[in-house]
Amino acid sequence: MATTTVARGKAAAGSTKAKRKAPFPVEFYRSALGKKYVMAITGIMLMGFVFAHMVGNLKMYLGAEDFNHYGEFLRELIVPILPRTVALWLLRLGLIGAFGLHIHSAYSLTRMNHAARTVKYQSKRDYIAANFASRTMRWTGVIFGLFLIWHLFDLSWTGTGATYVRGEAYQNVDHSLSRFPVAGLYIVANLALGIHLFHGAWSLFQSMGWNNPRFNAMRRNFAAGFAAIIVIGNVSFPIAVLAGIVGN
Amino acid sequence: MNELNLTLKIWRQAGPDAPGSFDTIAAPGINDEMSFLEMLDVVNERLINEGKEAVVFDHDCREGICGTCSLMINGQAHGPQKGTATCQLHMRKFHDGQEIVIEPWRATAFPIVKDLMVDRSAFDRIVESGGYITAETGGASDANLTPIPKPVADAAMDAAACIGCGACVAACPNSAANLFTAAKVGHLNLLPQGQAERFSRVEAMVDTMEEFFGSCTNHGECQEACPKEISIDFIALMNKDYLKSKFKNRKTLSRG
Ligand code: SF4
Ligand code: FES
Repeated sequence: MATTTVARGKAAAGSTKAKRKAPFPVEFYRSALGKKYVMAITGIMLMGFVFAHMVGNLKMYLGAEDFNHYGEFLRELIVPILPRTVALWLLRLGLIGAFGLHIHSAYSLTRMNHAARTVKYQSKRDYIAANFASRTMRWTGVIFGLFLIWHLFDLSWTGTGATYVRGEAYQNVDHSLSRFPVAGLYIVANLALGIHLFHGAWSLFQSMGWNNPRFNAMRRNFAAGFAAIIVIGNVSFPIAVLAGIVGN
Repeated sequence: MNELNLTLKIWRQAGPDAPGSFDTIAAPGINDEMSFLEMLDVVNERLINEGKEAVVFDHDCREGICGTCSLMINGQAHGPQKGTATCQLHMRKFHDGQEIVIEPWRATAFPIVKDLMVDRSAFDRIVESGGYITAETGGASDANLTPIPKPVADAAMDAAACIGCGACVAACPNSAANLFTAAKVGHLNLLPQGQAERFSRVEAMVDTMEEFFGSCTNHGECQEACPKEISIDFIALMNKDYLKSKFKNRKTLSRG
């Protein structure tokens, strides 16, 4: 073991482990490894949503009636077991919770990481394995998060133009994405999402401890494939609107 | 043999809290069969003969087994050669006229002692917290009394190869020590002799690690820098055992 005779800072003070009192899930979330599990599990939930969102939106290609009917279907989900829109709201609450935890764990882990290297390297680093995607997770995440707020205003809450009509999903998509800057914004945001997924969908396997020689080689392919499917699907919508394939 | 004329940019820092800066030192006439540390020895000898202060750097075995040498060489931990420590790096990896930038490991948990030497005691804290097994006392038992499948023994040996150099922390953009800790945890947790403390070990060692280091974001940079080529597979194994430990240890925890 490499040691020097000089002991400084925290290392010299010895372990100062706090007394553990909180219930198991809270205790687990307090640890960085626990936060990584939460990051991975919420990531999987969000991936499921992003995938379903993309597949659902493909209905756009079937025309206004089908697309708006799909919107109605979501509101009617498992009616009559639950009243109208209740299932949809439960799903939404789950998503909001997942987002909140994903962002909170990212935030606190980032702070921990910054504290772990207060003096940075003073010369240029030469990375071997860390790629663009893995080193920009924070940025792609923040960019997509900001886009998401815009997206909710644009197509769910208020609309961002004069022509928004609540419930007329097909027309709203058409009107919004016919604007060049908006279409551009959707494309850029989805590329950021793709980059985020390229690392995240791989990284979650490691965080969850899903490591097995039988499928390890597949993990990177899965992440790349998943990111590609999402990006191709989502980016096709603004392009289709601009090209006049979708719209009136 | 070839002769190299090099320019070194070496981090000099008088003490732990002193400000540091790069010093440019010309290193002409370097034999390319020298190891990197021998090159530094030559440079130091020249500095001493000129009445200047020698560059302080860590080294011991000089054959890649002790984990004492370090150095960030041109932005890579242990320099540009894969699977070797700085002491096993040869000057033939560099070309004539090259500028070589040498920096100490940078992590809050590895404070600089002087120049290129850092204090890696935080690793000792991690090992102290769980890197042991309960051994029976009394007469020595027969060799091979405990059967261990060959693949398990091999995997444990791969983990045990960790020499505790700290290159994984140095290379990690997050200053995480997960590869080191996973190697130390995995080495014992894989073997039958390590089962008694398996879950208390992983919990204690991870919790201690988190007091000092950053968190893993799965860049994979550590396994590229590691002189023993420890695989990040061990990090996944550690994560799996850590989750289990939180389930298994939770009763004892609430009594703590
Ligand atoms: S895991 Fe590799 S890089 Fe990290 S301390 Fe051990 S030998 Fe060094
Ligand atoms: S000096 Fe011992 S490993 Fe390099």
